Amino acid sequence: MALATDSGVLEATGLVKRFGDRVALRDVSLTAHRGELLAIIGPNGAGKTTLLSILAGIQRPDAGSISTGRGEVGWVPQQAAVYSKLTVEENLRLFARLEKRPDVDATVDRMLEQTDLRDRAGDQVQTLSGGNRQRVNIAIGLLSEPEVLLLDEPSAALDPRQRDRLWEFILALAERGTTVIYSTHVVPEAERYGNDVLVLADGEKLFDGPPREFERTVAEECGEELHFEAAFVEFLRHRGH
Amino acid sequence: MRWLLVKDLQILRRSPLLVAMLVLYPILIAALVGFAVTSGPGKPRVAVVDEVPASQTKINLGGEQVNVADEAKPLFDAIDVVRVKTEAEAIKKVRDGDVLGALILPADITSKLEAATSGTGTSPVVRVYYNAEDPAKQTFVDNTIKARVQEANAALTKKVSRVALSYLNLIGTGGQFNFLGQSFDVLGLQKAEAILRGIQDAQPKSSPLRDQLQPVIRFADLARQNLDLAGPLLQSIGTPIQVDTHIVKGGSTPLGAFAAAIAVAVTLMLVTVLLAAGSLALEREENAFRRLVRGLVSRTGLLVEKIGLAGLCSVLVGLLLLIGLSFFVDLPWGQFHLWLLALIFSAAAFGALGVAFGAITREVRAASLLAFMAALPIAVLGLVPSGAVSSGLYDLIRIISGAFPFRATVDALDSALSHSSGIGTPLLHLALLCLAWLAIARLALRRFA
Repeated sequence: MALATDSGVLEATGLVKRFGDRVALRDVSLTAHRGELLAIIGPNGAGKTTLLSILAGIQRPDAGSISTGRGEVGWVPQQAAVYSKLTVEENLRLFARLEKRPDVDATVDRMLEQTDLRDRAGDQVQTLSGGNRQRVNIAIGLLSEPEVLLLDEPSAALDPRQRDRLWEFILALAERGTTVIYSTHVVPEAERYGNDVLVLADGEKLFDGPPREFERTVAEECGEELHFEAAFVEFLRHRGH
Repeated sequence: MRWLLVKDLQILRRSPLLVAMLVLYPILIAALVGFAVTSGPGKPRVAVVDEVPASQTKINLGGEQVNVADEAKPLFDAIDVVRVKTEAEAIKKVRDGDVLGALILPADITSKLEAATSGTGTSPVVRVYYNAEDPAKQTFVDNTIKARVQEANAALTKKVSRVALSYLNLIGTGGQFNFLGQSFDVLGLQKAEAILRGIQDAQPKSSPLRDQLQPVIRFADLARQNLDLAGPLLQSIGTPIQVDTHIVKGGSTPLGAFAAAIAVAVTLMLVTVLLAAGSLALEREENAFRRLVRGLVSRTGLLVEKIGLAGLCSVLVGLLLLIGLSFFVDLPWGQFHLWLLALIFSAAAFGALGVAFGAITREVRAASLLAFMAALPIAVLGLVPSGAVSSGLYDLIRIISGAFPFRATVDALDSALSHSSGIGTPLLHLALLCLAWLAIARLALRRFA
């Protein structure tokens, strides 16, 4: 990865990924700025997880390049990547050590504070609710104090109350300057929390811009004002998806 | 119901590894059980070198012609005879594992036997060669041959005793004796005593000859009485044929130590393979693998850590087992450093096999199942004795067995637990297997996440 330009903390250009004959990503580019919330939406199989995996450095693109700022890129997978038999604190301590944090105790303490999990620190992860487990999952992604945080469907399998609490936490991160790029199946979450939305379908980027601009684009195409979710469905239908 | 069946068949069709295991495993186990049953403690394959000329198979015992081949028949009935021409050829067959042992009947066996039974020479010696790499196998062959030689010895002893007794009777009571086609009258001690008493009685009472004859008469009487006692003594004469044993290959491991080596090898295999396979697959099931290999730890580093974990646990278990076994089996504590070396190398090789299983199966349950299903054939193949199957099949079994760490572990532990040398080769074998299985595991990790 190269260093990003002044305009963005993370820039991807012309990303292509193939799995055999199937093309998962076709020439996808994006730019994310400091403190921005970028939502990636699209139907199933659109390439959202593949794009995030490539941005996280887990998969290599067949073509294209990625440049980042000087900070780390944190990654939070869709399913909690934590050890269920370890306690919350043990998980945080383990990954803090693997991340080679200079002060492990202080890092763990800070994450317990940020995730509001101090009172559950000694509990095994397998005893936590889905929401709290996802908090631990995100906390591990934040251990390295990343400049960019990649979240793959962070609110999947959470009930509405847990979702609200999770988004409060994510918004607070963005307010502190962390760039958050997240994929979601819950389209209203893109409209409500995203500064920008990136629409993917069949590995192709169809739109990249603010939610209001997306609604305007669809209204111009269809000739009627639609709310965001209906506009998204119409947008895809109009393009044969 | 019908659609459930169709669904299950579709799932099976899309699980080629599972189907292959389901088909191949019973076949493999059946074949192994078949070998075990057909090659059990029946007739051991023994190479026989018969150097005795066809014209010299009979010996003369007191005028009676005894066919040595008839006396040796029980021995040949008890073994699966593989006739070879030279002693060198027989030793090579033992070394190569084509036969369990070799029996050499020297050319002078009949002449020496004839001389020994007539009291004019030493007993003949038959030479037996073993492959001692498997003490259980060696004991089996040793017992079979020695038991049959003992039977032959007993039969010969009976014949020798009968002839000797007839001589003693002749000396005691007198009679006819045939030698080289001529017949002789033998007076006998009994008649000699009677004649002497007659001469003594015929002498005048004042004759000094009466007193001189008295000790001669007493000697004849005592000699006859003592010859009566010699009969039972002859029944217990020793062994006309001696057995001289040689070890062609392998050490001199006591059977108990060998059993301990096998017990520890089986334990090591199960503990290490299961733990290594399970702990690696668990990283994927916990979704932690991708997070870990995203710069926190290298894939090879992760494999080495799992091998280390499983190895450490199994070395401790192996040591505890050996310490426990040492209460019942005489184990050489002076070679503790060799025990440790054998355990560490074995654990590393089994650990590498385990992570390969874990990386291939990718799921804890599948990894555990594969580890269990593989363990039994690996152990059985590693213990198929040479000579139990045809040489071609045995070579194939050795190649397959050599690809897994079990046989090399048994060899390493066998060397460590006996006073024989040669631990270097099995340790090198284990080190190579460790690297090979680690490489396979590393390749399998490409599709692990």
